[in-house]
Amino acid sequence: MSTPRLEFRNVTKRFRSSKGAEPITAVSELSFTLADGEVVSLIGPSGCGKSTLLNMGSGLDPATEGQVFVDGQEVVSPNEHVAFMLQKDLLLPWRTIRENVEFGLEIRGRSGRERKETAYELLKKCRLGDFIEHYPHQLSGGMRQRAALARTLAVDPAVLLLDEPFSALDAQTKMVLQQDLGRTLADTGKTALFVTHDLVEAIALSDRVLVMSQRPGRIVEVIDIDIPDRGNPMERRKSPKLGPYVAQLMDLLHIGETIE
Amino acid sequence: MSSEPSISATRRMTIGSVLLFIVFLAAWEWLPEALGVPQFIIPKASRVWEESLRMWSRDRLLFHTGITAMQVLVGFLLGMLLGMLVGFVLGMSPTTEFVLSPYILALQIAPKVAFAPLFVMWFGYTVYPKILVAVLIVFFPVMINVLGAVRAIDPDIVRLARSFKASRVQIFRKIQFPASLPPFFAGLRIAATLAVIGVVVGELVGGNTGLGYLLTFGEGSGNTAMVFVAIIMLTLVGIVLYGAIVLIENRVLHWLPSRARTA
Repeated sequence: MSTPRLEFRNVTKRFRSSKGAEPITAVSELSFTLADGEVVSLIGPSGCGKSTLLNMGSGLDPATEGQVFVDGQEVVSPNEHVAFMLQKDLLLPWRTIRENVEFGLEIRGRSGRERKETAYELLKKCRLGDFIEHYPHQLSGGMRQRAALARTLAVDPAVLLLDEPFSALDAQTKMVLQQDLGRTLADTGKTALFVTHDLVEAIALSDRVLVMSQRPGRIVEVIDIDIPDRGNPMERRKSPKLGPYVAQLMDLLHIGETIE
Repeated sequence: MSSEPSISATRRMTIGSVLLFIVFLAAWEWLPEALGVPQFIIPKASRVWEESLRMWSRDRLLFHTGITAMQVLVGFLLGMLLGMLVGFVLGMSPTTEFVLSPYILALQIAPKVAFAPLFVMWFGYTVYPKILVAVLIVFFPVMINVLGAVRAIDPDIVRLARSFKASRVQIFRKIQFPASLPPFFAGLRIAATLAVIGVVVGELVGGNTGLGYLLTFGEGSGNTAMVFVAIIMLTLVGIVLYGAIVLIENRVLHWLPSRARTA
């Protein structure tokens, strides 16, 4: 087997909440890999360390123990192979949408022309072609999040780390953006690790779903999603196979058990 | 973008404020007299106008106004730069702020104008004590606002930049500096009015130049109209500075949602 795109090898993360207090173990001895072009979702109860894993992957918060590899290279600090996207769009209000998309390229010292071309192309793909020179406050939440996706893709990362990127959007906007993301990931063949609370979202968008336990987070189950056409989450939502997957995830996460 | 006043409404508002100004001038001209207030308490508007013309030709009104304006401007600019610099340093280094905060707080609470006599003792009847009071008084609102702005930046934005491998300098130039500008300008607006106060107090304490000097001179010679003229000229200096800031602010912060329409 070839080198995985992204690998977490026995990672453990401990936090010290305050001085002298016992450190909290967020995730414990966790291992998994993502092959090239794979889209994998992480779901689990709140505080199980899903976001912690993404932070480790981005190189911003190294693991306490264990290692993270991208293409076989250990991630010890932020690097150009990985880009992340959060629930917050983090668009800079003083920059136009185009300038926001160029942000990462600008930091990496790319020429103005190259940045502009990339931004135009991506914004058109993200259906923001008419809003290129608008400011973020002039756009709706869904459009802003699409711009954030364009900004993430602009640096052409090997791996995308997505931390609940659509959780602040209304249900319909969310479906549209999931479709955008699903199609984009399929078209570009990017590898993505996707953190979400939305079970249907996880199933509709991914090849595999990793289910995590309560803190300290461990992977309790890996579910391969056997629904065709990952690039089309809308169609996948309509699939009759979706219901059983949701039921399985609900069982695994013990959803509803506390309500008697 | 929404509910902006129509052109006729704007015109009506303009006419309204011009009318109000005329009414104000008329009231100033005739009301005190009608109420039996003597001219040495409130001189008539026309008397103040005559006095200003006399001061222009005899008392070098323009020169004194220029001196005051220069001191205000220099003090304002220096205080602004210093406030910005310290605001950024303290904003980026919580440790430094913690160590320095008692002194900063003490200096902030101390009435800055009380330093005027001290500065006059140090530097004599020159322009320096006046400029120094202005620097001191301008420094705080600018510093506090920049400090607060740097602190208020969403750490996730900085993390995003760091994930793109941004350097400290890039984070400053592309995030911290632009993010600090709206509060910085809010601080400048406050500072603009304070700068005039600082300079005038310095001039009142000692020296023989500037509008503050004309103020004390007018008071000493019982010339109420002269005092009025000095106050009006000081206000004008303040208005020009404030207006210039608003103008620059509208240029620089054109991206602010709230500034899309208002001036």
